[in-house]
Amino acid sequence: MRVMVIVKATADSEAGVMPSTELLAAMGRYNEELVKAGIMLAGEGLKPSSQGKRVAFDGPNRRVIDGPFAETRELVAGFWLWEVKDMAEAVEWVKRCPNPMPGPSEIEIRPIFEMADFGEVATPEIIAQEEKLRQQLR
Amino acid sequence: MVAEHETHAAIEAVFRIERARLIGGLARLLRDMDRAEELAQDALAIALAEWPRSGVPENPGAWLMAAARRRAIDGIRRDRMRARKHAEIGRDLTEAEDRTAALEAALDDDLGDELLALIFTACHPLLSADARAALTLRVVGGLTTAEVARAFLVPEATMAQRIVRAKKAIAQAGLPFAVPRGAERAARLPSVLEVIYLIFNEGYAATAGDDLTRPALCQEAMHLGRILAGLLPEEPEVHGLLALMEIQASRLPARTGPDGAAITLPEQDRARWDRLLIRRGLAALARAEALGGADGPYALQAALAACHARAARAEETDWLRIAGLYDRLLATLPSPVVALNRAVAHGMAFGPEAALALLDPLAAEEALEGYAPLHAARGDALFRVGRAAEARAEFEEAAALSQNRQERTFLLRRAASCEQARSG
Repeated sequence: MRVMVIVKATADSEAGVMPSTELLAAMGRYNEELVKAGIMLAGEGLKPSSQGKRVAFDGPNRRVIDGPFAETRELVAGFWLWEVKDMAEAVEWVKRCPNPMPGPSEIEIRPIFEMADFGEVATPEIIAQEEKLRQQLR
Repeated sequence: MVAEHETHAAIEAVFRIERARLIGGLARLLRDMDRAEELAQDALAIALAEWPRSGVPENPGAWLMAAARRRAIDGIRRDRMRARKHAEIGRDLTEAEDRTAALEAALDDDLGDELLALIFTACHPLLSADARAALTLRVVGGLTTAEVARAFLVPEATMAQRIVRAKKAIAQAGLPFAVPRGAERAARLPSVLEVIYLIFNEGYAATAGDDLTRPALCQEAMHLGRILAGLLPEEPEVHGLLALMEIQASRLPARTGPDGAAITLPEQDRARWDRLLIRRGLAALARAEALGGADGPYALQAALAACHARAARAEETDWLRIAGLYDRLLATLPSPVVALNRAVAHGMAFGPEAALALLDPLAAEEALEGYAPLHAARGDALFRVGRAAEARAEFEEAAALSQNRQERTFLLRRAASCEQARSG
């Protein structure tokens, strides 16, 4: 299964504090382990939300909001995509990660939807059909 | 570490992460893959008994290895006592002493390449490709014997036999569980890559069974390929193979229709291709090329797959480039099937006359006798140059030779359309 492993932001990451040399080295070693274990598919670090933008949707309206955004602990500072057997394996790998932040921090693991989640019969054609039907019923 | 309650599921997840390396390390010490697997399983049992109380240790891999080694030493000591009791002093005893000494000396001797050594040993050319694939899935991939049996659609007892025989063959040959270097590595790497690609293809174009594809098996092969690429980052063909698998697997979601029938490449809905796998595959191909491996057989096949991956629509396919790649592939991997595909590619790039010129000599090729795709390719080229009667005969011949019902229907339909072209 594919999972997204989300490194949550902290006040430090939002302030643009760069990680120490030690942390960078430890992260490098950890990433190497992930590669050698064959589970790493992708991974990126994100710049602070002060450099981000949001687009708010309300019916036909689109409103652009400039960062930074307030709810720091809910923001994303970085992510990986992994291919693992199950959530238990993902949790064990996350436990081995060095603390990505100078202070207390959190990493969240979320399974990615896969074809099988839609059931055997629900091919995109069928999903599209159902979508059409739902619109007609509305 | 603070003691905490660890569930069995969590401990088993830790074990799964460590298992292959553990078996590799133990097999190297004992030169016995079967015993290594047993000891690894013993170490798991010990962990399941202790970790719920003590918590998972800081370095679980080293902990499991130490537990397994203690077990191994205990076993050898027991053997030695028994030997002494029965006064069977001699070869067995000396051997047992040597092994204990080796085990004790090796306690702190961690080379870090046990996993790679295990892969090379399980894929040793002295085993048949099927045996190599089964053993690799079992000891490296961590599949149960029942799962491996299902993968190859054979009864579990048959598969258990195959795996036992493979382990015995390795023990009898006295293989050292070492990573080959230099010229020997170059000679043995192809047999490792062959095994991984065989596993992939078993999933991608299932040769038997009811399903056209078995994605879980492709997943397993890609996992092995990624491990290998992580362990041998300087080997271009490892990246070439990974690129080939990832680009091919990117099409899995588009390859079967709602009724389970195959959808051919030009007809696939490209929006359903897995962009992450394409991106990874193209990056792996670039790596293989940067390492000087552009003309490796896997890299060339990956480059061919990449031509399709890069085309947003089937009409945008770069057939000139594909034809050129097939020229190079035929030089690297001379085979009648590659020659046939090359002829088809030349037909797409330069027109049906070019295809016919290359196809005609292939008709005499013994290996392609009774090969439906050859007749289908000739039929297509003949149809396009307006030789409808000959085209029809070729399509009918191809249909008669085809093993697949869906394909046969398709070929007969094409034969019928030749008739219309003639009368119309």
